Amino acid sequence: MSWSAGLPLLVLGASLVPALAILLWSAHRHPARVALCLGGALTKLVLVGVMLGGVTRGERYEWRGTFLLDLDLVLRADPIGLLLVSLAAVLWLLTTIYAVGYLQDAPRQASFFGFSSLSVAAIVGVALAGNPVTFLLFFELLTVATYPLVVHRGTRAALAAGTRYLVFALTGGAVLLAGVLVLHTVAGPVDFTTGGVLSGSSSRGQLTALFVGLVAAVGVKAAIVPLHLWLPGAHSIAPGPASALLSGLTVNAGAFGIARIVFDVYGLELATDLGLLGPLAVLAAVTIVYGSLRALAQDELKRRLAYSTVSQLSYVALGVAVAGPLAAAGGLVHVVHQGIMKATLFYGAGGLSQTLGVTRVSELNGVGRRMPLTMAAFTVASLGMIGVPPLAGFVTKWVLGLGGLQAGAGWVVGVLVASSLLNAAYLLPIVYRAWFLDPVAGWPREHPPTGRVETRPTLLWPPMVTATLTLLVGVLAGAGLSPLTWASFAVEGVFE
Amino acid sequence: MSWAAWAVSAPLLGVVLTLVVPRRLLALAALVAAAASSAAAVGLTSEVWGRGPFRLHLGGWGAPLGIDLYVDGLAAVMVLLTSTTGLLISAYAVSYARDERWSARAGFWPIWMLAWASLHTLFLSADLFNLYIALELLAIAAAALVVFAGGLSALVAGTRYLLAAFAGSMLFLLGVALLYAETGSLDLYGGEPVTTGGTALVLMTVGMLLKTALFPLHFWLPAAHSIAPGPASAVLSGLVVKASFYVVVRLWEQALAGSATVVGAWLLGLLGAIAVVWGAVQALRQQRLKLLIAYSTVAQLGFLFLLFPLSRTSGAADAWQGALFHALTHAPGKAALFLAAATVLRSVGSDRIEDLRGAVSWMPLTVLSFGAASISLVGLPPTGGFVAKWHLLAAAVDAGHWWWGVVVLAGGLLTALYLGRVVRVFFVSAPAPSIATVPRGLDISTLLLAALAVVLGLVAAGPLTLLRIGA
Repeated sequence: MSWSAGLPLLVLGASLVPALAILLWSAHRHPARVALCLGGALTKLVLVGVMLGGVTRGERYEWRGTFLLDLDLVLRADPIGLLLVSLAAVLWLLTTIYAVGYLQDAPRQASFFGFSSLSVAAIVGVALAGNPVTFLLFFELLTVATYPLVVHRGTRAALAAGTRYLVFALTGGAVLLAGVLVLHTVAGPVDFTTGGVLSGSSSRGQLTALFVGLVAAVGVKAAIVPLHLWLPGAHSIAPGPASALLSGLTVNAGAFGIARIVFDVYGLELATDLGLLGPLAVLAAVTIVYGSLRALAQDELKRRLAYSTVSQLSYVALGVAVAGPLAAAGGLVHVVHQGIMKATLFYGAGGLSQTLGVTRVSELNGVGRRMPLTMAAFTVASLGMIGVPPLAGFVTKWVLGLGGLQAGAGWVVGVLVASSLLNAAYLLPIVYRAWFLDPVAGWPREHPPTGRVETRPTLLWPPMVTATLTLLVGVLAGAGLSPLTWASFAVEGVFE
Repeated sequence: MSWAAWAVSAPLLGVVLTLVVPRRLLALAALVAAAASSAAAVGLTSEVWGRGPFRLHLGGWGAPLGIDLYVDGLAAVMVLLTSTTGLLISAYAVSYARDERWSARAGFWPIWMLAWASLHTLFLSADLFNLYIALELLAIAAAALVVFAGGLSALVAGTRYLLAAFAGSMLFLLGVALLYAETGSLDLYGGEPVTTGGTALVLMTVGMLLKTALFPLHFWLPAAHSIAPGPASAVLSGLVVKASFYVVVRLWEQALAGSATVVGAWLLGLLGAIAVVWGAVQALRQQRLKLLIAYSTVAQLGFLFLLFPLSRTSGAADAWQGALFHALTHAPGKAALFLAAATVLRSVGSDRIEDLRGAVSWMPLTVLSFGAASISLVGLPPTGGFVAKWHLLAAAVDAGHWWWGVVVLAGGLLTALYLGRVVRVFFVSAPAPSIATVPRGLDISTLLLAALAVVLGLVAAGPLTLLRIGA
């Protein structure tokens, strides 16, 4: 097998192999588990770097294997997919480190590390999938791999959230299966191709129905209102590192699926011609506002962050649906930006709950004095989410807004402004309480009790790193290998 | 000598071997026989792959006096899956039989080998009378497997099963006699499909449905399959019920295709669809794991019968591959579920679903096997179950008969519902109960079976190609 075919497999294997190894034989060997995850994550980082460099030079990485008689499995590194793969590599490494500190001696660690690695493998597969069936395969694997993370605690609430998640995700998966099969019947065994694969052989009605089915199916994972109902419970009830991984990384599978459907299955031209993108943009806008409104009302910190995910994720769909080059770049880059910011916030929330036992917004008074570094990272990510320059979220909103104007959809700017205000309304009170209010009394459950050190280094460094990245990708947005540059490069092909 | 002859005689020799060797060599003898049977199956498969379908006169006599074997892709792949699954179940049974409490452990082997030999014979028989003999031997062996658990309720379940199976055989024999009177031939693969014999076909089909437990003739199955000891349950639910389905396929799709009517095919499909729903609803209501898995068999068998209406449409090729692939992939998947349940039963002493709370902490590998096998049964990619579902759906879409597609999709979700209910309990946070340690071999063979159910999807191209040979 040649290097160019082997590389996508290796990138996938870097998380798949550790996942299987952990699940199969290391039930009681903690250091081996961590070593496998870290080794896999570092390997993946290096391989992704090689792949990024290669793709810039115009190389093609594609692996193809026989699956059914007339159907292949295809893994392919294209620029859009690499955005998500890079995010996966970074967040997997940091989350593994974080999880070591977070879980300490907690039970069921084999399950946690095994299935979180499997989730990473699944999302990487989603990103590299070169045809609809391969996409479906990893999309479903993601459901299977994330369920154990959601129910990890085993409490009644966790199990209820898990069941709700499964019902939504599996129903979505069944609809996706039907959609992919109809696509297969209509268009034959096709690969994702920029510009679309559907010719005019079907009626407009059929094409529209298929589009609605496919988008609704992936929309479950993208948490588009009203298909978002599973997300807040599932993402907030999971243990801290799992929340970061779910809300920062795996949740992108749905938004990513929408991009694939619009760009690579229908093609912008056909999708616009059928009048499908307008309604999608409106749905995305509604989700952005609705998610923020619901976030306002949450007192439980992680639930507030989870609703924020519902809202933020639809920036991607919005950018895709507005159908202009700048808007698309702004939407796609938000996959990375949302990922690192949301991971920072969940890392921070997990640090607070593990160190002080603080889980509610109303308990946050004065935590900034007790845990200044954690809260500094949290604040940077919050400001980023709101869209304060020069942080990551600002770049997204700026480019997306310009893109809206460019494509003649000025209302997008209004949505972005409203969203920023709402983001500020649900995030700033947290920041304000943490820094400017006095602690009421002792913390609910302080650990370690001395108060001399802020928290365990493993809980501190990952959010510090992602907060720094939040700053860097904003400040250096114009630089050579920034996510924004890469996203613009990725959409060039779509809009030639 | 052709591999086909070895495939029939290797498990038969196993019967003899396991009867005569001394106790301490029993496990070894059983494994040797199982390995030989599997090797013969592999040889047989490669033979068909190389030279296409062929007929074999055992002992050189030829029909109508001698025994004829006929091997095409379907027969070969059924033999291959039976023996691979059988080998892994045998490996499990070796570890399982180490427990002194299992009083039937010596008797198990010859009976299981007899069932194995009957299965191979049945898949390879070229004429209806040999088929009948194989069916009878299989019924006797299977009923014996049920009563191995000992106790009154096992005896009742076993007797009930035996009566149902014999009634089925009698109907089948009646049909065979009628057919012989009308056509003067019992050859299954005699060339032109017979167009007479409608009554014979009905009789034989009803007989087979009784044995394969298609709704509403499934009344005997849950008790029989759940009360048998673990390895026996796996054999019964994973392998034995497929034999009679296989006969229906041969009759409806090939030998008597001319007398099969579309109305009849639709009726079979409809019963299958009802079975999918009914079995799932019953499975959801069960409090005991083994009963839940047994009802799951009732439901999963329903999918197979979607073949008959769909094979009479433009989606025929997909329907054939989908239904038969389901029959293949269900074997290791269901066997893994029953064996996981048996491991749980042995270590906890109960298979009440309630008592399995938190099992992910104290039996991680068993839970992993159960989960992987469940994923295949639900039909998520890339498992074998997915491949089956994909082709069945493709047939429904191609034919424009979308309602069968709805059955496939809804059936998958229902499967997820009742298996997910068990998996959910595994994750409940609960203190570990006092459990007996079980041999590691139990988990390893179960895991291999579950892996087989998953990996079958990734290597589907091979079996799918085989299914086309001679079809």
